Amino acid sequence: MPDPVAAILLTPLVAAAILAVLPSYRLGAALNMIASLASLLFALTLLWDRPATGPYLLVDDLNIVFVLLNCFIGFTTSTFSASYIGHELETGRLTPLHLRFYHAMFQLMLFGMNLALLANNIGLMWVAVELATLTTVMMVGIYRTAEALEAAWKYFILGSVGIALALFGTILVYLAARPVVGEGLDAMIWTNLLLYAPQFDPSLLNIAFIFLLLGYGTKVGLAPLHAWLPDAHAEGPTPISAVLSGLLLNVALYALLRFKVLLAANPHAIAPGPLMIGLGLLSLIFAGFMLYRRRDIKRLFAYSSIEHMGIIVFAFGMAGPLGNFAGLLQMTMHSLTKSAIFFSVGHITQVKGTQRIDGIGGLTESHPLLGWGLVAGVAAIIGLPPFGVFTSEFLVVSSTFARAPVLAVLLVAGLLLAFGALLLRMTDVAFGPVKGPIGRVHASYIPLFAHLALVLMAGIWLPPPLVAWFQHVAALLG
Amino acid sequence: MQSIAAHTLSFDIAHMLAGGLVLVSLMMLYQDRLTALLHVLGLHAFVLALSVAWQAHIQQAPHLYITAAIALGFKAILIPYSLRHMVFKMGMHREIETVGGIGLTMLAGIALVALSLVVMLPVTANADPVAREDIALALSVVLIGLLMMVTRRNAISQVVGFMSLENGINLAATGARGMPLVVEISVAFSILIAFIVIGVFLFRIRERFDTVDVSALDRSRGGQD
Repeated sequence: MPDPVAAILLTPLVAAAILAVLPSYRLGAALNMIASLASLLFALTLLWDRPATGPYLLVDDLNIVFVLLNCFIGFTTSTFSASYIGHELETGRLTPLHLRFYHAMFQLMLFGMNLALLANNIGLMWVAVELATLTTVMMVGIYRTAEALEAAWKYFILGSVGIALALFGTILVYLAARPVVGEGLDAMIWTNLLLYAPQFDPSLLNIAFIFLLLGYGTKVGLAPLHAWLPDAHAEGPTPISAVLSGLLLNVALYALLRFKVLLAANPHAIAPGPLMIGLGLLSLIFAGFMLYRRRDIKRLFAYSSIEHMGIIVFAFGMAGPLGNFAGLLQMTMHSLTKSAIFFSVGHITQVKGTQRIDGIGGLTESHPLLGWGLVAGVAAIIGLPPFGVFTSEFLVVSSTFARAPVLAVLLVAGLLLAFGALLLRMTDVAFGPVKGPIGRVHASYIPLFAHLALVLMAGIWLPPPLVAWFQHVAALLG
Repeated sequence: MQSIAAHTLSFDIAHMLAGGLVLVSLMMLYQDRLTALLHVLGLHAFVLALSVAWQAHIQQAPHLYITAAIALGFKAILIPYSLRHMVFKMGMHREIETVGGIGLTMLAGIALVALSLVVMLPVTANADPVAREDIALALSVVLIGLLMMVTRRNAISQVVGFMSLENGINLAATGARGMPLVVEISVAFSILIAFIVIGVFLFRIRERFDTVDVSALDRSRGGQD
């Protein structure tokens, strides 16, 4: 039995190297799926075989949740991607050479994200987040249209600035730790930092957190630092939109959470909660308004991601066992639901040949499976029962009402705004007269409905071990 | 090794070099010709290399010489040279960029320097003096780099702004004594990767528009759709 952590990291790395030189795109797509599945299986073994914490890598209850989610959605997206790219080849938007590059980048991105999640060294974590960012930049620009290039450029510039600020914050954390922990590697190891955090200079830690919040917050897509997000989602290939929303935002959020725990461990540092609550609410309400003016379906759901990241950051900002629990659940549900929505949107835009909402209509009639899949996905994402998002949003709202009614009113207002906008757009595209081409799709329905089934199940019955696990992690987050 | 006391020769030289970096950053703000801007970028990286080398000397940390060498060879010579090559190839060397109020930009730059000193010096009162000065000045360099990226519309100028921002971070990283090498090499390495990315993009942009003016790309400005 190999070391599971090494296996999780090496599998995508080796796969990326092979995919870069593999000429056949069919083989490439198959290998992409196999490698993603292998990573997922290795990630599952972490549940019972947990390696010891080292200076570079760490497995604890918090990151297992993220790693599992990452590997699972990585795998389902790779199966969706396999059917998606076939169509892109037929229409000539991508060539086999592009696909070789695309597959290699996909695995490299999974490697970067898993490394960021498993890193125990805050410097290593930063490098990994940067790697994941760069690979997605390359993939966003892959269509090489004017819009795609602009989106990639914007994403690259804003992402780099964000990541640069995060590095500055990381250096400040090291400076705060050095007098206490000692020079060198020790002062960058997260588990060490946590141990000594109460003795750190609080004012230095405060400034560091501001930089980290702005830096990693840019990657989370928090308003007003979100400008790259809608473009990157709209102009890249749809599988990339799915992983951006479902995974990359989470990875940045995870980095933020790690530092939040450090800050919370120091009694004299500022409470990170109010900052996160403020940014979260701002993102939620801003995105709620922006949703009404969208005419591009992928952009629409990109803004919905900003909205949800707002809710999640808000929940973690409220903290406490209930707030953190709700945040974790909301994050998991959002990842599953949003990537499912992008799976169906990807096939829909391929059939219709457009991403404009006014060019799409009557989907439930012309393509029942895709149409109803989208309806279910949107119903889930706006928080209708019996889906899991309802459970988590209900938890966020009710726990906020108990502690800060004013904030809860704002939160509910934001949720209702988004609810209305998405409902309107959903009826436009799903019902009414059929618009646009009604060609057959070679869609892969399994990832779409697998995600929706999981979200539905979570809404009806959360398995007690999962609840216990999330409660435990929520307590860790303080 | 004990920390270097304030107002010794070692400290003064470190302080001077870090201050020099801020000065060169301010010089960048008023360059309206791309070729001149690239020369200043080279100078910026050169001052950084000197500063890092001095840190390596006073901290007795030989591995920092590698960082200094990377700054000198890669950032002071190779990148400005290839960007210059690109500028000439695209026939942009005669163009004058509208910088938008040099006086105002300079004032903003000065304000940013003041801001970073006001923010960083009180917080780092307990840190050792060299690190303290370096961090405060590095923050100014980072903020001026950001200012440059915001005020310029030309893709190459934005890259230059980003590079100067990274230089500032390098200054901070080397000033923080004993910071593991992992980070420094990774910073240098990521610049390499970043540069390749940018290079790829620039060439693609060039292919499509015959310009690297980012405003020409604003066909699908985010908010409209």
